[in-house]
Amino acid sequence: MTIKQLSVFLENKSGRLTEVLEVLGGAGINITSLTIADTSEYGILRLIVSDAEKAFRLLKSNGFSANLTEVIALSVSHQAGSLAKVMKALSDEQLSIEYTYAFCLGDKAIAVLRTDNPSRAFEIIANRRFTVVSENDVRNI
Amino acid sequence: MIWNETFECMSREEMRRCQSRRLVDMVERVYHNVPFYRKKMQEMGVGPEDVRGVEDLPKLPFTTKQDLRDNYPYGLFAVPMSEIVRVHASSGTTGKPTVVGYTRKDLATWSEVMARTLTAAGVTRHDFVQVAYGYGLFTGGLGAHCGAEKIGASVIPISGGNTRRQLQIMHDFGSTTLACTPSYALHLAEALIESDYNRDEFKLKTGTFGAEPWTENMRREIEEKLRIKAIDIFGLSEIIGPGVSSECTCQSGLHVFEDHFVPEIIDPVTLEVLPEGADGEIVFTTVTKEGLPLLRYRTRDLTSLDYSPCRCGRTLVRMKKCFGRSDDMLIIRGVNVFPSQVETVLLEMQETSPHYIITVDRKNNLDVLELQVEVKEEFPFDRISELQKLTDRIKRTMESALQISLSVKLVETKTIARSEGKAVRVIDKRKTL
Repeated sequence: MTIKQLSVFLENKSGRLTEVLEVLGGAGINITSLTIADTSEYGILRLIVSDAEKAFRLLKSNGFSANLTEVIALSVSHQAGSLAKVMKALSDEQLSIEYTYAFCLGDKAIAVLRTDNPSRAFEIIANRRFTVVSENDVRNI
Repeated sequence: MIWNETFECMSREEMRRCQSRRLVDMVERVYHNVPFYRKKMQEMGVGPEDVRGVEDLPKLPFTTKQDLRDNYPYGLFAVPMSEIVRVHASSGTTGKPTVVGYTRKDLATWSEVMARTLTAAGVTRHDFVQVAYGYGLFTGGLGAHCGAEKIGASVIPISGGNTRRQLQIMHDFGSTTLACTPSYALHLAEALIESDYNRDEFKLKTGTFGAEPWTENMRREIEEKLRIKAIDIFGLSEIIGPGVSSECTCQSGLHVFEDHFVPEIIDPVTLEVLPEGADGEIVFTTVTKEGLPLLRYRTRDLTSLDYSPCRCGRTLVRMKKCFGRSDDMLIIRGVNVFPSQVETVLLEMQETSPHYIITVDRKNNLDVLELQVEVKEEFPFDRISELQKLTDRIKRTMESALQISLSVKLVETKTIARSEGKAVRVIDKRKTL
């Protein structure tokens, strides 16, 4: 049960991020989480939004290079050491994680991660009884 | 100093007679030995009997780089392969190089015209010539090498690259003449200034520079920084390699060795021969070549011809420094690059669109090429590792197709301007022309 993350390829040009945000804001799309992975030449903007499909279509029609990416979102308690527990469980099973980021939500925290083996990841998550966040949960954040 | 006064100082009438005699012989040879030329001439209704002298040149067909490519590799050779003793090649537009072949006599001709070139630059048998042009399929290295050997100079065949070693050898071996591309000469000049070496301990006094366009400003800079006389030389592998024309120490135009390579200036659009002194594309007919004789080869280089005698005593026609190209070819570090080569490679890749921008610049006096490529929307760019792999793959494929190193920058989809007409695909920031 993955959720859709919006990835946008951005050249390192001033004002480019603002343009993305204006397009989304203008269409009433709310952003739950935003992160940028940057290199010297370009950046990859990664967003969890209220309506990923709509945002994707909107960005493409406005000339942006956008992808929809399936990622795993886990809910953990907002307490010291809780994210470490999740990561340890995954790394103990030799599962490689391409990237991850997290954000807080009251007494909870949501960890988003991308792996090249999501089915194995879900097995581990189920065995350890971690809480997975669904697409619907995201819409209601 | 003049290497061959007989030919270099001949009267204009004698030169014309010499060229005419050689042209008649050449046309006879290509008509009978090269099916490509026979067919072309028959189509135009011209036979060898119609060519009596250089005044008949306009009756003959042109030859283009495309013709060489269509007949890759040996289709235009006019002698059996057993007569070919050397093959060279230059980079081509479709991954196929342009192949040229030399008979023993052609190699002797090449040494002769390079001996004239070096002598015109003031080089003698007492000199040490450091050949820093690349050796190999590129004609620069071996061309300069054989000419220097012919005049009896001491040749230092160091080839291109490795700047520290170039300086060390130049210093320790007492090089008096440097032969390389002008941009590399400038690079060496700056490396020398920054090094711990003292210029006064060097014996360098002359440089013969060619294989790429350069300006008078660049010449002044090289002359000041290296404290030498910088001589412009011109050539292209299709004609013979370096040694087609060269400046003398008067530095006022490049003397064409026209007893071997008969020049004409044409309008690149109408293909009409232009009158003396007019600017246009220079075309050569290689009247003495045996291996690969070419009729009216279109160089695409723009220049003009001056038939007035030079102060040096040579009567050979002088061509101006080339001021441009009549096609979109770029010369980067001496290597010919056509934007269409880039397009061909991109069209074969699934992940990119065939839209690109080439930016050429000169950093630390070396040409650098950056290629901007659009990533297709479908590309899974969420993985940065995939983007890096793609960048590396484009870079490797381009470098092997173009034979030069370059950097690749991925840009957003549809950000490179589309154009119905002639798109601007090249931004040349070098101040060479």
